[in-house]
Amino acid sequence: MVEVIDHDVVIVGSGLAGLRTAVEVMSAQLGKTPSLALVSKLALMRSHSVAAEGGTAAVLYPEEGDSLELHAWDTIKGSDFLADQDAVWKFVTLCPEEMRQLERWGMPWSRKEDGRIAQRPFGGHSFDRATYAQDKVGFFEMRTLYDKLQEFDGWSRFEETFVTSLVIEGGAFKGCTAIDMKNGRFVYLRARACVIATGGAGQLWKFTATSVSTTGDGIGLAYRAGIPIEDMEFMQFHPTGLIPTGILITEGARGEGGHLLNSKGERFMERYAPSKMELSPRDVVSRSIMKEIAEGRGFKDEDSGLSYVRLDLRHLGREKIDSKLPFIKELSMKFVGLDPVSDPIPIKPTAHYTMGGVPVDGNGRVLDESSREVKGLWAAGETACVSIHGANRLGSNSTAECLVYGRLVGRDVVKFLTTKQEDPSGTASPDVAREETRVFDGLLRNERSEEDVYAIKARLKEVMDRSVYVFREGAGLADAVKEVRALKERFKGVKANDGGRQFNYNLQDVLEVGAMLELAEVVAQGALNRTESRGGHSRLDYPKRDDANWLKHTLARRTENGPQFSFSPVRITMWKPVERKY
Amino acid sequence: MDKMTLEVLRTGGRKARYELKYRKGMTVLDALVEVREKQDPSLAYRHSCRMGICGSCGMNIQGTPRLACQTQVSSLGKETIKVEPLHGMHVIRDLVVDIDPFLAMHTVVRPYLVRRDLNERDRSDREYRVLSEEVARFLQFDYCIMCGLCYSACPTVALDPDYLGPQAIAQAYRYMADPRDEGWKERVDLLDSAHGVWRCHVAGSCSFVCPKDVDPAKAIQMARVEVLKRRVLRKMARAGSPLVSVAPSGVPKQGTKAPPFDFPREEAK
Repeated sequence: MVEVIDHDVVIVGSGLAGLRTAVEVMSAQLGKTPSLALVSKLALMRSHSVAAEGGTAAVLYPEEGDSLELHAWDTIKGSDFLADQDAVWKFVTLCPEEMRQLERWGMPWSRKEDGRIAQRPFGGHSFDRATYAQDKVGFFEMRTLYDKLQEFDGWSRFEETFVTSLVIEGGAFKGCTAIDMKNGRFVYLRARACVIATGGAGQLWKFTATSVSTTGDGIGLAYRAGIPIEDMEFMQFHPTGLIPTGILITEGARGEGGHLLNSKGERFMERYAPSKMELSPRDVVSRSIMKEIAEGRGFKDEDSGLSYVRLDLRHLGREKIDSKLPFIKELSMKFVGLDPVSDPIPIKPTAHYTMGGVPVDGNGRVLDESSREVKGLWAAGETACVSIHGANRLGSNSTAECLVYGRLVGRDVVKFLTTKQEDPSGTASPDVAREETRVFDGLLRNERSEEDVYAIKARLKEVMDRSVYVFREGAGLADAVKEVRALKERFKGVKANDGGRQFNYNLQDVLEVGAMLELAEVVAQGALNRTESRGGHSRLDYPKRDDANWLKHTLARRTENGPQFSFSPVRITMWKPVERKY
Repeated sequence: MDKMTLEVLRTGGRKARYELKYRKGMTVLDALVEVREKQDPSLAYRHSCRMGICGSCGMNIQGTPRLACQTQVSSLGKETIKVEPLHGMHVIRDLVVDIDPFLAMHTVVRPYLVRRDLNERDRSDREYRVLSEEVARFLQFDYCIMCGLCYSACPTVALDPDYLGPQAIAQAYRYMADPRDEGWKERVDLLDSAHGVWRCHVAGSCSFVCPKDVDPAKAIQMARVEVLKRRVLRKMARAGSPLVSVAPSGVPKQGTKAPPFDFPREEAK
């Protein structure tokens, strides 16, 4: 028997967006406190938002020359004009309040000399507006929100609970099915409102800055529930991933004055972006690095076989590195045994941020294939595609999005709860029984798996690193699509070999890889379809942006035979697209 | 070294041995991942970020609580690496332990800014002015990633399950030392209890194992000073001593003339 658990609100994911939404819902001044289930496949403070390093964008001091218009323009230009401009405007207007609200909840922002909140330069921003707390911004924001949440009663922790499906009936959210990893129970979490905030899909790649848990679960859940997913071909490769693992060296390192050097010791950004140099947007810097490597001006790491260039911080001096970039120093010393005070850091572009995701409206409500809202369902943070980031996100806009949209979604959920709705009780949907059969009979049978799930995962990552990386071209992408489809076929023979009830991570891996394959197919096929270069999607065979044909969002809907593509217009309300130069 | 052995204490006290090829730069977590993916899919351990910031992969490695992701195999100087679940916690499966009692202690100490005027706290159009040296007084304690290594290493926790523990006391102190906080009295009273700061024997094992240099042992000592200050203040108040007004409550400012912390903070313009 499936246990049914009722709440007013279920939040799936406990990173920045999930926690911010939870705080907003719990702070609501309603007659009675809404009951809230905070669900995560990890423990609550383990989400990958803790690894965000460099800053959170906001216009804090307009009197010093910054402006909301400038933040909006930088963001839209950075997006290569694929961002929806009305959404960007709403976003930039709310960022400053979020920075100050966090400050009042205990955030240890670094400070200017006079005690006001400090900000540093960041790529693609024309003003120093990356609000920072040393180089552990996401970590401190998570701590602040987690701690703030401890003030409230009335919410329940569903930690280490893996959501396997969303139940949507008649255009409305009903509940989600999940496995409680701690005891192996299958539960049906029924609620009036659900917020998906599970982050991105960086683990489709091998060389990635993301945690092993960043497997695109929420995007996969929506996709399998019949919701079309948007702009998945746009993946951000962060320029500075540490060799050999890909973990993140913050853009703040360049914000504080770090240089990128090739094997001839040249600051090669001069060739590609003479005005912004190392502080160009990430897509520009990543392409520049890969060009240097392709033209033979990179280094080679003998142990991993990876090519790289160097991030040089030596001229910043020990004092600045210790006070502004202590985590970068710690990572360099612990993981590659070098001190950035005396040695340059080996880096190359690393899979970092999923610009696409679940399509939502200005309040974070999830939209179905006819752009109608799915009643009772929201998405926030990296999982969602608003779209603020378009084809390329600017550094420090993602944590800002999580906070702003966490708050907007929280408020909208509260508003929704005050409206009259039908009673969610009654019998559980037949979908729940079907899902139980899929997971427990389909994947957890007591027989040996015919296929090795880990071999499939490893191959998928190789294919994505090889063909769906910074530079792409038609033949490679077609090949990737073919390979991913073959892996999907092989996956049909996969079962969990571990039959245990408690903490059956093998079963969780199987569930994750199943969804990853579907997302990879959408990414590769979407990239093959898009015969232009825009932002993070760069085609060697179509090197120019093509506004006449491609100034539009991609939507991919799941069918039994793979994704079916359609397109939706970009909302251009402020600035007409122009050539993008830095 | 080109090969290594991982010896894992698994559920039920069974010691499982796994032979692996050693790669340069390999961490204990890398070795565990390789075991699950290539040899034994039933091996249970937690992990996520791989970069020492999420706090998932705390375990006992060669007799010491460490994060598996930032422990280089080569740094241990042995070909056979012994891995066990964190001591002093209930084992659920293999290397996965129950951290709920530990997390509950964190919540007990009211780990958030306490302000008397809630409207003013939740109003977001201005920030409090805080100087860098004031941030420095609590920032180190805010580095805590809640991995539980200190809790596992603490000899007092092992004897007194109700003891708040080094992590929670460090977090209480983190907020007490924050110039924006007004919850000093409540937290001091919480710490000045049978299971509070006085249980610490100053073994220092918490600070020894902390992977983020939080130094909980130092926080406990600083918290004791605050507790003593409150006791003295109370006594003086009872005696009607005029000295009450010159002995500020709250963590003292060092070398500045600013008012004590439970006075309202100046807001930035």
